[in-house]
Amino acid sequence: MTQQPIIRFDNVSKRYNEQTSVLNNISFEMERGKFYTLLGPSGCGKTTILRLIAGFIEPSSGEIQFNGKKINDTPPNERQVNTVFQDYALFPHLNVFENVAFGLRIKKIKQADVKRRVEEALRFVNLQGYENREISEMSGGQRQRVAIARAIVNDPEIILLDEPLSALDLKLRTEMQYELRELQQRLGKTFIFVTHDQEEALAMSDEIFVMNAGEIVQSGTPIDIYDEPINRFVADFIGESNIVDGVMIRDHLVRFAGREFECVDAGLDPNEKIEVVIRPEDLEITSPDRGKLVVTVDTQLFRGVHYELSTYDKDGNEWLVHSTKKAQVGDEIGLDFDPEAIHVMRLNESEEDFDRRLESYEVPDHAE
Amino acid sequence: MQNKSTRALYLIPYSAWIILFVIAPIALVVYYSLFDIHGDFTFANYRAFFSSVYLELTLSSFWYAFLITLFSLLIAYPTAYFLTKTKHKQLWLLLIIIPSWINLLLKTYAFIGIFGQYGPINAFFTAIGIGSTQLLFTDFSFIFVSVYIFIPFMILPIFNAIDRLNPALIDASRDLGASPWTTFRRVILPLTMNGVKSGIQVTFIPALSLFMITRLIAGNKVITLGTAIEQQFLVTQNWGMGSTIAVFLILFMFVIMLFTGQKEKGGASDGKTK
Repeated sequence: MTQQPIIRFDNVSKRYNEQTSVLNNISFEMERGKFYTLLGPSGCGKTTILRLIAGFIEPSSGEIQFNGKKINDTPPNERQVNTVFQDYALFPHLNVFENVAFGLRIKKIKQADVKRRVEEALRFVNLQGYENREISEMSGGQRQRVAIARAIVNDPEIILLDEPLSALDLKLRTEMQYELRELQQRLGKTFIFVTHDQEEALAMSDEIFVMNAGEIVQSGTPIDIYDEPINRFVADFIGESNIVDGVMIRDHLVRFAGREFECVDAGLDPNEKIEVVIRPEDLEITSPDRGKLVVTVDTQLFRGVHYELSTYDKDGNEWLVHSTKKAQVGDEIGLDFDPEAIHVMRLNESEEDFDRRLESYEVPDHAE
Repeated sequence: MQNKSTRALYLIPYSAWIILFVIAPIALVVYYSLFDIHGDFTFANYRAFFSSVYLELTLSSFWYAFLITLFSLLIAYPTAYFLTKTKHKQLWLLLIIIPSWINLLLKTYAFIGIFGQYGPINAFFTAIGIGSTQLLFTDFSFIFVSVYIFIPFMILPIFNAIDRLNPALIDASRDLGASPWTTFRRVILPLTMNGVKSGIQVTFIPALSLFMITRLIAGNKVITLGTAIEQQFLVTQNWGMGSTIAVFLILFMFVIMLFTGQKEKGGASDGKTK
């Protein structure tokens, strides 16, 4: 923990003109050798952060540090950072070998070393033997690998990945998720990955920064963010969720859907208005007399690994249920859940306050 | 079957055009080149072309065409590059293209006025004390006016090539450690080379056979193949020699076409990988 962060943003803002602000006073730190994901809907500013780190744009205010040194004005060619672009941005006039060798040639590295390093990089991404292919002869997945090889061959401190999987089909995308994660662990480099796909983010990251409207809404490990979303936006964006209004009666007791429930949250004001999140997979189907909630099944979809049920309680709240058990549409069923499944979210709580409150009552074994 | 006959029908205008206005004239030119001034069959015209007079003429023709192309390129490339970066690029491009819609002869006459003994430039020279200078009928004015005429034709293909260039490639090059100049040399220029070649084609080849601008601006000197052809046909009335020069001019054009031909490498000439 004494290690200094590799990247530090200090109150960084980016405005293109008076009205439109893309990033608002963002501050964060990134540690060396971890897999970070910037996750958010399009236009949230995640690619802007990437471009600021790469050096393609300069911040309007604030300071960006790399290894403790300010790099606001350092041009991209003098930064030890390489990017895998969204559409790969491979040079169409060069073949695979020369694309990967591009950075090394600029550094005037000896031909023998260039050859060795390019071959090594291509082996890393399973593309040995493709050296003399033209880019136009490569498939989407292969181009993706060339782009990765072109970045890692320069041995940069940080590799930036700008939605590199978005152009691939589902099967290839899942495969590349494994490969990227494995690659990052083998190289031990810092990866900063930008995506709007929450599954990608959850599967690959050491740490996720959830962004919205030019701000970082929540940061943490995938499990933290999934289990303890800070607000409605994060809960909704990361996975499916049931969100209902409620009131915190006192510590460990919450009221929603017309009933009082035992819960694990504490540290809130008595009778404070809150929102409650329950993940669909935490709801279990049972008989109406044994359920904590009684709902009517509206629709049922078969999703392969589970059934997805859309149900409504008497107050008209929708409850999404993921269950391996089947139900009948129109039936009344009971829903059972553990006190741990209830996640209480305060309205407009800042991330610092949220973390402090969580730490105050969290039992050690719950913190994964 | 019906499909085939309709396709043949569509072919008629094209074939008629090619036969009447391309093949027939070339055949006629070749035919005439084989006769001397008295109408006797001879190869003397071809022998004459390899005399020092015509070789010098050819050389000077190439030299002027080269200078005109070079200056056009030097001005057009940065201009085209700058235009692609402007906000209303199509508008700015249009402003550059519009003068090329005006008749060439009119524009050339305008320059006679501008460069003339009593024109605005000499008036300015007199005012600042340099004194009246001979501008018309000089190499400078000839090249200046020619460059002015050809610049829009040079800008257009280069503009299109730069405009189609995927900006992410420039980012990628910078990201991989290339300075702006290296990026230009190793990425932007190679990927816009097709535009440059097209520009050279549409400038160099017509510049080789210029005769009107030569006559009006460079004066009564025979300095290009174009003026030589005109001279042979209209003044000397030696159609045979005029045709022979024309035959060589056509040959030169083919050679230039070969050199500046578009190489399709990998089919992704616009630099987009998608």
